[in-house]
This record gives sequence, structure tokens and C-alpha cells, in this order.
Amino acid sequence: MSPLRIHVEGIGLWSKQLGNFAALQALLGGNAPEPPSPKPVATTLPPNERRRAPESVLLAAEVAGQAVAMSGHTADSLTCVFSSSHGDQAITDYMCATLASAPKELSPIRFHNSVHNAPAGYWTIATGCHEPSTAVCAQRMSFGAGLLEAISHALADRCPVLLVCSDIAGVFPLVEETGCTHSFGCALVLTPDLSESTLASLDVTLAPIQGLADDALPEPLAGWRAANASAEALPLLAVLARGHGHCELKAAASLGLRIELRAAASRQDHAPSRTAEQVA
Amino acid sequence: MPDPMTPLAVTAYTATSAIGHGLAAQFDALQAARSGLRPNDFSSAPLDCWIGRVAGVEDAPLPADLSVWECRNNRLAWLGLNQDGFLDRVRAARGRYGAHRIALMLGTSTASIGETEAAYRRLDANGGFPADMRRPAIHAPHSLAAFVTAALELEGPCLTISTACSSSAKVFANAERLIRLGLVDAAVVGGVDTLCDSVLFGFNALELVSPQPCRPFDAARNGISIGEAAGFALLQRVDAAPTAPRLLGYGEASDAHHMSTPHPDGLGAELALRDTLARAGIDADRVDYINLHGTASQKNDEVEAALVSRAFPARTRGSSTKGFTGHTLGAAGIIEATIALQAIEHGLIPGNLGGATPDAGCGPQFAWTNEQQRVDVALSNSFGFGGNNACLAFARAEFAA
Repeated sequence: MSPLRIHVEGIGLWSKQLGNFAALQALLGGNAPEPPSPKPVATTLPPNERRRAPESVLLAAEVAGQAVAMSGHTADSLTCVFSSSHGDQAITDYMCATLASAPKELSPIRFHNSVHNAPAGYWTIATGCHEPSTAVCAQRMSFGAGLLEAISHALADRCPVLLVCSDIAGVFPLVEETGCTHSFGCALVLTPDLSESTLASLDVTLAPIQGLADDALPEPLAGWRAANASAEALPLLAVLARGHGHCELKAAASLGLRIELRAAASRQDHAPSRTAEQVA
Repeated sequence: MPDPMTPLAVTAYTATSAIGHGLAAQFDALQAARSGLRPNDFSSAPLDCWIGRVAGVEDAPLPADLSVWECRNNRLAWLGLNQDGFLDRVRAARGRYGAHRIALMLGTSTASIGETEAAYRRLDANGGFPADMRRPAIHAPHSLAAFVTAALELEGPCLTISTACSSSAKVFANAERLIRLGLVDAAVVGGVDTLCDSVLFGFNALELVSPQPCRPFDAARNGISIGEAAGFALLQRVDAAPTAPRLLGYGEASDAHHMSTPHPDGLGAELALRDTLARAGIDADRVDYINLHGTASQKNDEVEAALVSRAFPARTRGSSTKGFTGHTLGAAGIIEATIALQAIEHGLIPGNLGGATPDAGCGPQFAWTNEQQRVDVALSNSFGFGGNNACLAFARAEFAA
């Protein structure tokens, strides 16, 4: 089967160490980027929502906002796929602890914020987006499986798709089970057609895979990946940052995605925020 | 609006809920207008409400080779997979196409959170999980799909869709896209949600739980009854099963309004409906039956009844079956899809159980009691928190759009 061709028009990224995609490019270029503010700003959300939104929503909205701004699309025109291995672990911890001690005192707001699609809900409300939105997960494969879902939606319905994959750090005791000790989120705006806004074109091939994907990463990226399932996106983000190369991600226990970055499109890019020169 | 899609064959399907294990039990309860709801005997602390509890889950442990996946949700999944010869149908598809050419797309809202709740009730002296609860694969929302992929020995794309109460309707859309692109030849879709404290006390905190059996579309309705269920379907291209019923279309849309209240004008629900009809290539007047979301919450039923009134002619029949099963949350989409498929197969429009005093907003489309008539096209509505809307369209094999 011929590879799936998909185009990247926007890239968002946030962790305690890297405030955006440019910071990853700087890091891989041998520089030491300034760490961002300790909490994602998530300027796409209205101020009152920003104050009360749970951390998982802030993280997802931050990286989504970055990717959409870079793409030049309006957020309300994008089908969206929100992936997260564990959802909001702080709320899960609150819910389970409260249910164990005083179940009738459970907060209604925290309950409706506990649904896995809370980031998708807040995002579509904040941006007035009526397009299809979804929330998915696949354990350590949440990025690869979410990417496959986003690509299949973009190619099947010929529409631009926003993919977000993010997990906040867990709290004790749940973190002992999730192993998720750092926050990490990333986002891509994917389109079925090459355009003036294309940053990179990817050829994606599905292939059976046994064991681990062939995706060695240098430190500190390897350590970040170990500490957060959503950071399984780092091999692809590193390829995008370098502007060349290939990587392999897992989309399911026995299914790999082999991703090849094709030569960047021949076009002039005048938007300084897009950092296309660095990408290419 | 999207172009009409190539229909897919629904070559097998099954349902297990409070009204019984398997399709025959489900049909029998629908025909007899027999509710599966009972007073709450599940939550870890008393809560005055009715629930749709599946009988026998406690007595059905997983087989030894799958026992690492033990929890109520996976038990219910396994119980569901063992009905209606579904496992054999998947095995046959695996033999025909290969394990890596079959996708698994499952919906759930809370997966095995019940186990995480149990761990928090038994924390050790240091505040950590007790040794027997140190099970990372279970304390994760992907637990259900990870278990089912192991149980079915599938190696294709595998995804959990968790958009609250629309989860297991949306799986049909995920699967259709993968099949249309030629990435797989078949897909197992479905969903499982089990009763747990999170949803019982969570919906209670939102003041959405009724102290009585739920009464969808009744003027005096006062909230939902929560249920649990497992349902699955096998989708293949039509040439593999020309006489099987069809997935004719689907639609998805977002309200962009509120986290836990539907858009007052049913905007997202109507967009999902229009999307569905466009993919199905039909007008609303070709729809014979709609299985409504009809949760018995004040707002949902008000908004959905208005949508039915403005979008469908009087001859289209509509009902909620939440009065039979309770609201099975992430499993509602697949359970109600199987009821829509049974309406086509048996010509039974299930009556809207619990709606003794119809709400004034309900039009002539409502089937308050069982009706017998030929059904060529049946829809199913599923709406979730976060303003997440989905609609499905099914048709008999001979139906031509």
C-alpha cells in the first residue's frame, strides 16, 4: 500500500522545560532555551475559563492554541482529536479520594471536568467550534493512535484536523500506577492538501511491529519521554524540528507507524512566527 | 455537507444490559415492555435511585489466561463478547483478513475506574495502593480496549474513544474512515461501561439522578437512571455480506455551548443529524424509526423533542429506550444501535417506556407504546458532556437510498 501523505501546518508544544516548538528547535540546535512560566497560559480560553479550568485543560488548550496560531487556520474550522493516556490525574485522584471518604460531597464541577473529553469540550466552547471533536486514548500509544485517528479523519473527509496529545503530571498515590511524573503536551494541525502554509509533508506507513519501536532519542528527550506517555510524540517532533529524517511510532501494541519527512514544500514563507527556515 | 458514503455491512452484533444477556433477551424485554431497572443496590454508600445492573457479572470471572485483566468492566466486556456467537464471527473475520487488518474501536466513559475507586478505599499505611491493586494497565482509561484486543487476538489499529455518552456511537465513524481509506478490512466496534461510584455520585452531585425509575420525555421526568452495558458490532464491506443490515451513515458535531448542558436550540444535535442524513444520502422523510438519546433529564429531552418535531414528518417513529436499560453512558451508543438494528430486523418500534404523561413538547412522532411496522431506516442519537453529539443511520440490506 502506498504511504498516507499528510501535511503539517502548525506545531504546538509545552512542558516545564520547553514553552513551544521553537524551544525544542533551539535545544536540538545546541542552545539552552528559557523555561516557560510554571503553568501553561492557554490564552485561547477566555480569562474566567482560564482561572477555573483544570490543569489538563490548560495544557491541552495551550498547545492547541500554539499550533492553530502557527497554521493560520481559524480554530472553529478544525475537526479536533484530543488524546491523553490518563486524562486529568489530579481530578481522578480527587474523585477517588472523595468517593472513599464522603461520596455525597463530590463536587459537581469536578465531576463534569473529570470526563476524558473535558479538554475537547472547553476548547470547542472557547473557540465556537461546531466541527466533530473527539477524545481518545491508547495508554503508551496514545500519541501514535491519536495521530492515526487524526490522519484518517483528515484524509477520509478531506478536512484540516487539530491533533492534541497531552498528559499532566500525576499525584500520589495514582502516579505510582501511571508513571507519569512530568507534564507534556503537543499539538499538530494536519491537512490533506499541500498549501502555502505547509511546514512539512509526512509519508506515513502502517506496518506490523513487535516489541519496541526503533526510535532512539538523545537525552534529555529520552528521559522526558519515559516520564510521560504523551511525550512518545518526541521522535516525530524531533524530526519536524530538524526538518529531515524519519521515525517510528507505535499506534497499537502490534502496529507501527513509520513516518518519513519529505523535502519541505517549495514555497516562500514570510511569516516569521512560523519558523519555517528553522524547520527546513 | 459530506458526500454520501458507501454503506458498510453490520455482519454481527450483540448487546448485554440490565434487560438481559444477548439479543434474544433484549428483544424479549422490548417486546414485553419490561424494564431492567431496580432499586440501587450497587454503590459503596447508600444512594436513593434506580439502576440498570447487569445480572451475573459477579459470577463470571475472566478465563485464566486473561485473568490479569480482571475487573468489573472487563468482566462485563467478556460476558458481552460471549453472546450471540460474536467471538466466532470475529474469529472468522480474523481468519479471512488477518489479525492486523481488523481495527478495534471501543467507547467507554469510565472504563475500569471502579478498580481505582476500590484501591482508594483500601490505601495502605503510607497512603499507597495495596499490593494486589498495583495494576497499571487497569488504572487507565484504555483498560477496556487493551483487554478486548488481547481477548480477540487483534493486531490492527486499537483506540479508546471517550467522549462521555456519545463514545460508543462515534466508534462507527472511526471504523468507517479506516475501512474507507483501505487501512483495514473490518472493524470490531462497541463499548462497555459499568456501574461505579464515580458516575452514581457524580451525576447525583449534578442533581441529574432521579429517585424513581427514569421517565424519558414524561412531563414529570426528574432525572436519569444510570445503567451498565456491553455491546459490540462487526463491520465489513458490503461485498463480504450482501444480505447483512447496513451502516448507512453517521454524523458528529460539537455544541460549543456548555460542559454539562445541551445547546438550548439543539444546534450540535441537529448538525450531527444533517451530517448523518447527507452521508446516508437520504432526506429525513425516509427515516422510519429514531432511537432517541432521551435520558429523562429536563434539558436533554426538551431540546431533543423539539429537534424531532422540526426535523421529521409525523410518520417517523421515535422513542427512548433508557426506561429499559437505564442510561448506560459510554455504552449507550452501541446498545441503542443494536436496538435500532433489531427494529429493522423484527419490525418492532419499542415504546418509550416510562413516558406515561407525555411532555407537551413531544410531537406525533413519539411511539409511547410498542408498534409493529416495517422499518427500512433507523437512526440512533447519542449526545455527551462537553456538547459532543453523534448520530447513526442503519438500513436493511435491500434499502436503496
